Amino acid sequence: MSSKRIYLDNNATTPVHPEVKKTIIEAMEIFGNPSSMHSFGREARQRVEDARQKVANFIGASPEEMIFVGSGSEANNTVLSIIACSSSLNACIFGERSEILTTKIEHPCIMETAKCLGEKGVGVRFIDVDSRGKIRMDELRQILTDRVRLLSVMMANNEIGTIQDIKTISQMAHDKGILFHTDAVQAVGKIPVNVKDLDVDFLTISGHKIYGPKGIGALYIRKGAPFCPLIRGGHQERGRRAGTENTIGIIAMGKAIEMRTLEMREEEKRLLEFKALLRKGVEDNIPDVRFNGHPADCLPGTLNVSFEGAEGESILLYLDLEGIAVSTGSACASGSLDPSHVLLATGVGAELAHGSIRISMGRETTQEDIEYVLDKLPNVIRKIRDMSTVYKRSYAS
Amino acid sequence: MSEQVEWVYTEKVKDHFMHPRNVLIDDTGYAEDGKGIVGNIKCGDQMIVYIKVDKEKGIITDCKWKTYGCASAIASTSVLSEMVKGMKLDEAYHLSPKHIAKELGGLPEHKIHCSVLGDKALRAAINDYYKRNGQLDKIQKEEARLVCQCMNVTDEEIERAVLEGARTYCELQERTKLGTVCGQCREEAEELMKKYIKTHFGEDLKVCL
Repeated sequence: MSSKRIYLDNNATTPVHPEVKKTIIEAMEIFGNPSSMHSFGREARQRVEDARQKVANFIGASPEEMIFVGSGSEANNTVLSIIACSSSLNACIFGERSEILTTKIEHPCIMETAKCLGEKGVGVRFIDVDSRGKIRMDELRQILTDRVRLLSVMMANNEIGTIQDIKTISQMAHDKGILFHTDAVQAVGKIPVNVKDLDVDFLTISGHKIYGPKGIGALYIRKGAPFCPLIRGGHQERGRRAGTENTIGIIAMGKAIEMRTLEMREEEKRLLEFKALLRKGVEDNIPDVRFNGHPADCLPGTLNVSFEGAEGESILLYLDLEGIAVSTGSACASGSLDPSHVLLATGVGAELAHGSIRISMGRETTQEDIEYVLDKLPNVIRKIRDMSTVYKRSYAS
Repeated sequence: MSEQVEWVYTEKVKDHFMHPRNVLIDDTGYAEDGKGIVGNIKCGDQMIVYIKVDKEKGIITDCKWKTYGCASAIASTSVLSEMVKGMKLDEAYHLSPKHIAKELGGLPEHKIHCSVLGDKALRAAINDYYKRNGQLDKIQKEEARLVCQCMNVTDEEIERAVLEGARTYCELQERTKLGTVCGQCREEAEELMKKYIKTHFGEDLKVCL
């Protein structure tokens, strides 16, 4: 195995920022329960509220519109569950509106929750996307009816990086009196996100995607938006999420956001350059490739590419042996027999979906990393294609 | 650091994955005595096995292969190609996925279907050899073949559903639950339905209502 290790799977998770690490170690001392009235509690409370302020500022929200949760998945589950809320609870009356709309390229925590609600009698529909992963507006327009309660559209896709026009989509929903949620786990901290500008009702953020620790997320709930908690039984987070606050996680997430404020802009430029370099290197050195996702409206550090005649898990593992970490849309790597639902939704055939890898760069990615990948990748693909039953074109040797 | 973390598969799988044996990179000029193809790239794996046979002794003298698939599929075919060299045809014919997995030091549960393809491809190659040599009596009817891996539906069950009246894919789904999870087997199932409907009733497959 190679002694070199290059991490290019930042959409899966990110390494904790060194400054965040320091903050976590320091925050270990703050053990008081933020709900306690004594000095220990007040100290913890102050740090939690400082973090809330930072997160809120970063996305243009007010602190009282933010709650901390255990993960992006929890935030998404919370929002979708509002619709199944008993009408006897305050602010959860929805009368005739009982449908949820979402897309075919959401994260499983949206899709599975939506399907589960569907089994309980809630109307659920999944909107198609085009070949670049953009939501089909004409179709959306048609199904935004008076029966719809909530529309949930992911801001930036984790697999292909495609960024949706959230402002327009949110506007369309609001014009019909429909609540709008966006899962912005992949967007916040990578591209500018402002809840007031986008005019969304709910927005999901995750800590570990932005160089914070795992097990912490945040949910924006627009002032006045209907809400009911997923986790009940405590007054924490203004009664919107029970359970003693994860103070260390919250403080760390505040720091991670603060570091994003300082680093994001410059990093975005750098990653776009690296991506162009990577894309060109792949195009120039490997025949029969297909780039997935949108060429322009895409996360700066995400590149998803399919290789004809090469299976993704093999690519991933040969790269792993070279010390390069990427992910794949192949079924083989997921433990199921299905390739990526996102790629299939964009109309990429099963074969190319099986042959896809996602390279997701981050703040620690360097130009040398990209050059190393470009040095190794062509040989890996060639080796796999030489063995392949389906790749007919022979390489000139 | 990476050396201290266990790899996803056994060392034997890793070795065969890193250094695959007996790959037939270019099949032009390789005069095989039998050739078998199984699998479907839409499902993520496909294998071709080529064998050479000592006709006097009934022994496999050489085995080459090509595989499109994951690491366990590649390693399965690679280890298989080593196992069968020098093996009698009868013996090779009865190799099972268990033998291959054992030789590899084990495979994760959800990867067993990758090794299933290896022994199938080998049997297909041996059958092809028998066919080419007019030994049709030696070809054993393949056991039921799994078509829908999610719901465990075989080609025999599809045939039975057709005999019991299924004429559309949807009717087949109702009877067998085939294709109700990932849906990838639809094309293959429809092809089989077409074949069975044609054979038994001389009709065509109908579209779902």
